[in-house]
Amino acid sequence: MPFIPHTEADVKDMLAAIGASSIEDLFDEIPANLRIGKLHGVPDGLNEQEVSRLMLERAERDGRPLCFMGAGAYDHHVPAAVWEITTRGEFYSAYTPYQAEASQGTLQLIYEFQTMMAGLTGLDVSNASLYDGASGMAEAVLMAIRANRKSKSHRVLVPTTVHPHYRKTTHTIVKNQGIELIELPYCPQGGHTLADALQPYAGQDIAALVIQHPNFFGILEEVDMLTDWAHAQGALVIGISNPVSMALLKPPGKWGSAGADIAVGEGQPLGVPMMGGGPYFGFMCCKKDLVRQMPGRIVGRTIDRDGRDGFTLTLQAREQHIRRSKATSNICTNQGLLVTAATIHMSLLGAEGLKRVAQSCHENTRKLVAALTASDCVEPVFNRPYFHEAPLRLSLPVEGVARALHAHNILPGYILGKEYPELGDALLVCATELRTDADIELYASHLNRVIAAQTQAGCPTQPKMA
Amino acid sequence: MLIFEQSRNGRRALAQAPHQATATPDIPAGLLREQPPLLPSASELQVVRHFTRLSQKNFSIDTQFYPLGSCTMKYNPRACNRLAMLPGFLARHPLAPASMGQGFLACMFELQEMLKEVTGMPAVSLCPAAGAQGEFAGVAMIRAYHDARGDSERTEILVPDAAHGTNPATAVMCGYQVREIPTDRNGDVDLDALRKAVGPKTAGIMLTNPSTLGVFERRIEEIAGIIHKVGGLLYYDGANLNAILGKVRPGDMGFDVIHMNLHKTFSTPHGGGGPGAGPVGVSKRLEPFLPVPVVGFDGDEYYWITEEVRPQSIGRLSAFMGNAGVLMRAYIYARMLGREGMHRVADYATLNANYLMARLSAAGFDVAFPGRRATHEFIVTLKRQDKTLGVSAMDFAKRLLDYNYHAPTTYFPLLVPECLLIEPTETETREELDGFVDAMIQILKEAETTPELLKEAPHTLPVRRLDDVRAAKQLDLAWSPAAE
Repeated sequence: MPFIPHTEADVKDMLAAIGASSIEDLFDEIPANLRIGKLHGVPDGLNEQEVSRLMLERAERDGRPLCFMGAGAYDHHVPAAVWEITTRGEFYSAYTPYQAEASQGTLQLIYEFQTMMAGLTGLDVSNASLYDGASGMAEAVLMAIRANRKSKSHRVLVPTTVHPHYRKTTHTIVKNQGIELIELPYCPQGGHTLADALQPYAGQDIAALVIQHPNFFGILEEVDMLTDWAHAQGALVIGISNPVSMALLKPPGKWGSAGADIAVGEGQPLGVPMMGGGPYFGFMCCKKDLVRQMPGRIVGRTIDRDGRDGFTLTLQAREQHIRRSKATSNICTNQGLLVTAATIHMSLLGAEGLKRVAQSCHENTRKLVAALTASDCVEPVFNRPYFHEAPLRLSLPVEGVARALHAHNILPGYILGKEYPELGDALLVCATELRTDADIELYASHLNRVIAAQTQAGCPTQPKMA
Repeated sequence: MLIFEQSRNGRRALAQAPHQATATPDIPAGLLREQPPLLPSASELQVVRHFTRLSQKNFSIDTQFYPLGSCTMKYNPRACNRLAMLPGFLARHPLAPASMGQGFLACMFELQEMLKEVTGMPAVSLCPAAGAQGEFAGVAMIRAYHDARGDSERTEILVPDAAHGTNPATAVMCGYQVREIPTDRNGDVDLDALRKAVGPKTAGIMLTNPSTLGVFERRIEEIAGIIHKVGGLLYYDGANLNAILGKVRPGDMGFDVIHMNLHKTFSTPHGGGGPGAGPVGVSKRLEPFLPVPVVGFDGDEYYWITEEVRPQSIGRLSAFMGNAGVLMRAYIYARMLGREGMHRVADYATLNANYLMARLSAAGFDVAFPGRRATHEFIVTLKRQDKTLGVSAMDFAKRLLDYNYHAPTTYFPLLVPECLLIEPTETETREELDGFVDAMIQILKEAETTPELLKEAPHTLPVRRLDDVRAAKQLDLAWSPAAE
């Protein structure tokens, strides 16, 4: 029996100790009419060698395309040591550290993680993580409304340069609490949020302004101006940033004269593989005076009865298992295992290594943009500085081009038209530190051939998938 | 020692980063970072040794019996980890087209199908990232369903007083008021109180079955009748699904919407507090409201079902599809168990719990509901020992750590004083259970003769009992060089 250790003699003796004649007897409180027969929809069991073969086939079937896609998940190098240690059973198979004395490993690691994230974002405190960047934004919006004592409003300004899936996720999570998310347009030339977009809300009661920087397009926002404007209005500032970018760019805690109040974002670029979309982790940091409004687990350093340093979950009075209906959030878990990976990842890279990764991604993306826009049919969508990711416009239908490149095992980028129809045939491209000059050259040459083929035909062709 | 205290300026683990720094002249100077972030400068060996040593300060399933009630700490098969981490799966970009991920999507689709079968729910979405997010999705769907029918007078969600704290917290996040329903002395929902509480304001009820008291709610069909009669819906909290896997199905009990904790029942790792995965299953009438994306199959190709074809969906719950890597581990586990293996899960989880309950009861411990069968877990109350010997459930829990057993869940459910909620799971041997009973007997003897051994426990761990009050009052949430 897979994973069940009982011998026949065990079962017999155990039933005797219970005073039952069969295992079936143990279910005699369940009404008989509810009992089911066979689970016909579940196939027969596979042993380890059979399931290994099945999974290897499926993983190979998907290939490993050359990835030029970012849009919220990034193909970075993950040092070998990261997952070797993360998947040690003592980390992998432990629970939430409720019994602090038996969980000092996880607790100290989270304390170190909190220190690293607070440092990276330029803020005072961090929690132990949330599910991902998008749900992190939702939690930040809820937190800002709780925390902003100057504002009675449930209105939050959200530029359309914030990741569209983050905006949708936030809408799902906050809509039943009477919160209004007001979308701000972006500058058609620059791809960033202008002061003009804020003007209609001057003097109004606004609880918070969300700023993603670099924004979804990779464009750099005028973070100082936006932050100072919001604070002058009595609104809190929620900064969303890629953690790798913060090694190079001024982090949310340093925006404007007072800094963003809350920083959230997607932790995936810190040692977490893309893995089809998860599990990742959301990070959340804030200024010290807001800490009691922060959702999720928080670890603190304290002392034991002998005066030795130790670590424990703290401020639990905010949480659902104590406060029930009055909790700051219903969240229980953090993304502990991913936080483990990220902490090891950041320890290996250090500030200099992480900065080099950021620079290298940016350099490669600039090379990519230069190589692709060498074609007459490709041009940058915006004229503002970007970091690590940029939108390009094609003069022919982008879907057909993308499909043709898929056939060459190239993931050419994220097609923007569905979320931003006004941008036309636009593609958001990204080249991380993993892409070589040869990779970029390969993409450019395939793109040129595809464009040639599709424009010669006079209309886009629909090449067959390989 | 913290990793920061091992840091030396100029030391680096150079194998990990790009060879050299590159200039970024196009980025305006005013947007560049001025001070480098506080990250350690350490060698690769220092980092590996530090985190390996930290891991050794943890209790875990791989190293200790971990009978933490309501958490289902069963063995996490290594094959599930290795196969979910195959390079082809790890390299999958979440927004890559379905055509480039047919192998991955086949696994997700088949997992949806198996979850439908074992829960008796006609439709499933894998999106929720954890149990609490599954709960949120479930109650949000209840609300969307009522709203879509113009039925906006329903403002209350009923929650038994024994429920997990997430239940009332979730109801509030969905804009509902919470009404608590008491429990009767046998551990069942108080039906008279329930009948009085329901009415035109009832949006639904959130129930765990078996309940958090470790007993099966015998009159579940009657409860379903009471709620459905007033137009409410039933939500099933899947925290305790391990107790009934392959035996009964929430769909057959009359539930309209459920969430499952794959990190419990389907053996994905708890990872020191996550990641989880909390898929939701629904009845036919709630299918249009499922969170997106869902995996579809046209007999030829797998594809994503998104908000365009499900305009009534409650929407997205995360940036991408949910915790794919966790779902993959659950899929592999389910394929290894197969049909017969799934039937056996509840059998042996229940056998182990009842055996442990019988032995502890025979050893002189008080079981909270002695007339009832244990499900996959049960409650011991130390109220008597607390009164007569002055040793609390917490003291027992801490002393168990000295005996190299992780403590059961303490002080939950709140209804039973000085309680230990004990869940052995099906993957433990009889010898391990016997060893735990021996430790409990030994600790009871100590409580009678040398109670300070319990009160001052643990004695053998890296730290002794920690000052939680100090932790909350003198907040120290991040290290800083200046403070040392």
